[in-house]
Amino acid sequence: MKNFQQEDQDVLHKESGILTATLQRRSFLQYAGAGAAGIALIAAGCKKDKNDNNGVNLGSGDIGILNYAYALEQLEAAFYDAVVKTPYSGISQTELGLLTDIRDHELAHREFFKKALSSSAIPGLEVNFSSIDFSSRASVLGTAKAFEDLGVSAYNGAGKLIKSADYLVLAGKIVSVEARHAALIRDLIENGTFANMEVVDANGLDKARTPSEVLSIAKAFIKTSINATNLPS
Amino acid sequence: MNILNILDEIEKVDAEIYERINPRRAAMKSFYNMGSKVAMAAVPLAMGSMFKKAYGQTPSGVIDVLNFALTLEYLEYYFYQQGAAQPGLIPAGTPAVAAINTIRDHELAHVNLLKGAISASGGTPVSFTAANFDYTAKNNFPTVFSSYPTFLAVAQAFEDTGVRAYKGQATALMSAPSVLQTALQIHSVEARHAAHIRQMRTTAAGGGQTAMKPWITGANDSGIGAAVDAVYKGEDNVTQGGVNITSLGFSVNAATASFDEALSTADVLAIASLFIKS
Repeated sequence: MKNFQQEDQDVLHKESGILTATLQRRSFLQYAGAGAAGIALIAAGCKKDKNDNNGVNLGSGDIGILNYAYALEQLEAAFYDAVVKTPYSGISQTELGLLTDIRDHELAHREFFKKALSSSAIPGLEVNFSSIDFSSRASVLGTAKAFEDLGVSAYNGAGKLIKSADYLVLAGKIVSVEARHAALIRDLIENGTFANMEVVDANGLDKARTPSEVLSIAKAFIKTSINATNLPS
Repeated sequence: MNILNILDEIEKVDAEIYERINPRRAAMKSFYNMGSKVAMAAVPLAMGSMFKKAYGQTPSGVIDVLNFALTLEYLEYYFYQQGAAQPGLIPAGTPAVAAINTIRDHELAHVNLLKGAISASGGTPVSFTAANFDYTAKNNFPTVFSSYPTFLAVAQAFEDTGVRAYKGQATALMSAPSVLQTALQIHSVEARHAAHIRQMRTTAAGGGQTAMKPWITGANDSGIGAAVDAVYKGEDNVTQGGVNITSLGFSVNAATASFDEALSTADVLAIASLFIKS
């Protein structure tokens, strides 16, 4: 934990330094890679914004991306928690066991981000599951499929926005587990759909979505308003 | 776009750019010379690699990573291609046939995508044929193309290794964001494959590994023992980013299964070399 926070401090220190001193390696790469270099550099130097009337602010830089992931994990964890507490009618022991495992993974992801982000973490989000019929297998698995595929595409799209190598690897460790969930849920709905053309294109590539694309889909299930305007892009 | 112009632009912001790169002038020189040879499409890749050298990040080049990935994709593709073509191996008339064909087609798509990306970047793609591979892994799996459970067990090892391999290369691609994203998009497809193969192994025909989960639990949950220990090395890790997941109230099983682990280039090559004829 201490290390994690220490790294954040270092990142912030380095980023704020670029405005006044020489370029750090990481910032240099950002300059070279980003078209809107000035904007990126200024955004990188900004302090974490406070939450206000525009909703819960995810923050900027890597902290913003981690909070973005934390938000999605909160959504998934709350969903599977409800699924396991009130299983759909006719659920088999095998399915309940698998869904309980997934619940535990999502809870572990959520609690990990909460702990790792510490004082930088966004508050708990209020979810809106009014459109889900938790007694119906089709409704539950259909929602699970949507969440898992969305989560995979979210991590796939966020990877290149991460500046810390350690955080990138962490995101990688989580996204492949989400992809395993997605494959299983899809197979439970219809065997053989684990990686069909809905999610994998002709080049054999899974989907990648930007944070704004993901959040516009996710917001149907999240009551709390989320402000992602300071996220890197 | 011209690399020299870009360096001029950078100099306006970073007056020390030339001093910075001076100790590594050799690295820069090779890029100056490369300029005329490299196609425009290759410039972003070439730049990413140059910055890495100039600024002393990880030494492995982007093209090296792509060729490493291409090697693994060839290994997987020819495996599924031969398995699918082997009469009587995949139970006919079951969903397994379509599943193996789907996975085979994805691996071929990855091969073609990576070949194209390497060529477009001015690199030379590695080249393999089916004859270059020994899927018995020096007689560790003599029935790989005659026993369906063995075939699936080896498939699982390939897929889980693939997931870990791509994860391990991600940081080497940070200087080339679009390449990184593509690699991540392959990475999650390999994980989908792994999950499905693991489910196939729970069926009676597939080996009856009824306890097998779509995710990796603890150290080596393959059910085929020490032969694939290297594939699962370190998967029993419970500490992420300095946080012990079990200290948050989770079981060791949940802590290990909720995070997949990366494998180093050397570890992956050691696994792959068992299947590559020398």
